[in-house]
Amino acid sequence: MAKIIVVTSGKGGVGKTTSSAAIGTGLALKGNKTVIIDFDIGLRNLDLIMGCERRVVYDFVNVINGEANLKQTLIKDKRTDNLFILPASQTRDKDALTKEGVERVLNELAKDFDFILCDSPAGIEAGAMMALYFADEAIVVTNPEVSSVRDSDRILGMLSSKSRRAEQGLDAIKEHLLLTRYNPERVEKGEMLSVEDVKEILSIDLLGVIPESQAVLNASNSGQPVILDKDSDAGQAYLDTVDRLLGEKVPFRFLAVEKKGLLKRIFGG
Amino acid sequence: MSLLDYFRSSKKSTANTAKERLQIIVAHERRRRNSPDYLPQLERDILEVIRKYVDISPEDIAVSLEQRGNELSVLELNVTFPEDKR
Repeated sequence: MAKIIVVTSGKGGVGKTTSSAAIGTGLALKGNKTVIIDFDIGLRNLDLIMGCERRVVYDFVNVINGEANLKQTLIKDKRTDNLFILPASQTRDKDALTKEGVERVLNELAKDFDFILCDSPAGIEAGAMMALYFADEAIVVTNPEVSSVRDSDRILGMLSSKSRRAEQGLDAIKEHLLLTRYNPERVEKGEMLSVEDVKEILSIDLLGVIPESQAVLNASNSGQPVILDKDSDAGQAYLDTVDRLLGEKVPFRFLAVEKKGLLKRIFGG
Repeated sequence: MSLLDYFRSSKKSTANTAKERLQIIVAHERRRRNSPDYLPQLERDILEVIRKYVDISPEDIAVSLEQRGNELSVLELNVTFPEDKR
């Protein structure tokens, strides 16, 4: 049975696509057959982050409309085995995704895959609702910043009332908090909400904390999921996140300010 | 605690302000989510009626519907009158 996980946030620009690409790649690295679906119809971007933008032939909406089959449409990742991408359509038709169509595609994917990762668009419009509707679990990507936390709470409300699981009275969607762009220096100075603050306000399980990192922009510049940059802090934090998603107990890293040694203080770095 | 921290602590950190503001607004919005759709309109109507007599602002009024057990719902209305208008 495939597990359907939505990566969502409400607010834009917090790192949904970066996180979808990293976590999807991480799940595949661990031997799980994984597909990442870009639900951001009209604003396709997952392909760029994954570095497969020039290999897109058909898209999600083509599959729903029966203009192409999944085999023709899925893009197999060149770096990571077991990993596939289903790109969003660039159509401007906002109603291109129907509940029936999405369900049909998900059911077909579920036969073949262990994990189906749904990269949600920002906002609470139809596209975002469609991305979360069929989810078994949700990763709520949040920045330690007031508008992002508030929007995350809004999305948590949607998960518990507007999803398939809510409507059919099934077990609730399992909700995970992924805190991104975390800056321990600013937290220590009292300039940024801490992990504990955000956990307390949203009161959901903490899945991971990704530090603010230069590696993220470098990764997206080169179309390579940041989790493959194994020497980077963000890459390692995503690896830990994936382990936790798979049920392992992993201590949280990169939460405290790194103490600089004397040499580092003198020479920088 | 260093001397610097001592001076710093006299001013509340912005992170703390953020947390307090979020706790209030999130609690408010959660209450609203779990309440009937007519409640905001009811609140506006009550506000209008009171405003005929006393000048209060929207934040001076709070309406909530609390479910107590299966049988009983309590509609709670809180209106704060400004000091000089009493």
